[in-house]
Amino acid sequence: MLGIWLIVAAVVIFAIYVVYVFNKLVRTKNRVNNAWSQIDVQLRRRYDLIPNLVETVKGYAAHERELFEEVTQARATGEQAQSVQDQASAENQITSGLRRLIAVAENYPELKANQNFLALQEELTSTESKIAFARQFYNDQVTILNNLIQSFPSNIVAKVFSYQPREFFEIDETAARGPVTTSFS
Amino acid sequence: MYEQISRNKRRTILLVLFMIVLFVGVGWALAILLGGSGIVGLGIALVVMLFLSFSSYRWGDKLVLASARAKEVTPEEQPRLHNIVEGMAIASGMPKPRVYVVPENAPNAFATGRDPEHSHIAVTQGLLGMMNRVELEGVVAHEMSHIVDRDILLGTIVATLVGVVVLVAEFMLRWFWWGGIGGRRGDDRNGGAAGAIFAIVGIALLVLAPLFAQIVKFAVSRRREYLADAEGAMLTRYPPGLASALKKIAVSPHGMRSANNATAHLWLDQPSRVPGEQMGFMEKLFSTHPPIQDRIRILEEM
Repeated sequence: MLGIWLIVAAVVIFAIYVVYVFNKLVRTKNRVNNAWSQIDVQLRRRYDLIPNLVETVKGYAAHERELFEEVTQARATGEQAQSVQDQASAENQITSGLRRLIAVAENYPELKANQNFLALQEELTSTESKIAFARQFYNDQVTILNNLIQSFPSNIVAKVFSYQPREFFEIDETAARGPVTTSFS
Repeated sequence: MYEQISRNKRRTILLVLFMIVLFVGVGWALAILLGGSGIVGLGIALVVMLFLSFSSYRWGDKLVLASARAKEVTPEEQPRLHNIVEGMAIASGMPKPRVYVVPENAPNAFATGRDPEHSHIAVTQGLLGMMNRVELEGVVAHEMSHIVDRDILLGTIVATLVGVVVLVAEFMLRWFWWGGIGGRRGDDRNGGAAGAIFAIVGIALLVLAPLFAQIVKFAVSRRREYLADAEGAMLTRYPPGLASALKKIAVSPHGMRSANNATAHLWLDQPSRVPGEQMGFMEKLFSTHPPIQDRIRILEEM
């Protein structure tokens, strides 16, 4: 008799555990998706800012053509990116291009005093930091999800419901954090 | 974090139950003392307290914001502040709180609301003028952490349910002191009787004040400030930002005009009518914040 009860208890505990892990997987996956769409929103915001910024800087520094083309090109690549990795590498290019664009402004006092430029600069700075925060939250959630999927015994539940580990949104540290190079051409 | 959330929920329920029992008891005793029916007094007190509890849950945030004279600002008026709040909301995966500015020169900030979907972050004009982007980010991250931990509901209920009792006590005492004795305003016969009752209730409440102070301290422990500092640092990944903001706050020469004991625990740092470290008797009694120097030290050691 006791044996039967022990088996029943074990089955019940097992079932509760499976439900718990399953729900946690669903919750985390949704959070990852949500975090990704948040990154997307911010990236799109930055795409919208780029033509404005390029136009404003052009008015004062028309001969920096190479730089304008580079930024515009990187933006086009970013918009078409499919995988997390492609997106990340395109964004790195945009980030470094924009940094140089802002740095160029240092050489043009009139541009630096332009109200439109100042407003764009605030928008750009905060969008950059929002991208960074969205990326941080996304990567945290991906870590939680991947830990669940890869560690024992929750990996069994994940396998049964065919959950796949997700990709991190990685940035090129040297491009994003490195010093801003100013060209004095 | 999840531990803190469930602790806060437990404490909120305990606190509301305690206040209801306390006041229903007082209502019952008062009714008997005045020669009425104890049951009626009990019933009235119960209805009033249920209503008050519900109101402080539902509208407590509005009351707290109004008492600080906080004004909601649009992204056009305060682009930088709005951008920073949105950034911190993204970093913590929460909906964006509404943003307010308090017309005070003392640098300070608070968060209120009943849940992350109904949350508000208010900063003073002085804070906006004094802090750079990283420092402001540190302050907003601290407030965002209070929202994540659900400190805001408990803090708001403490402010409106317990704090209002303290305010009423102070008000009655002052009224008794300036208008009650001798009926300086002329209306002797009515003023005298009403004044006496006001004074008795006021003194009774004053005697109870240390008890209420203990309740406030039990509900909003100093630990949660350290916790919000640490979690805020986790959001910005840059502890020196908040440390530098706290340093500026520590040496700020401005007092806060709307400082009061009911809402003090909600602010980033203990607000005071007079600047500096000296506090009045009541302020010391209701002191809910850890010493700012300790907080700076811990942040710098991270």
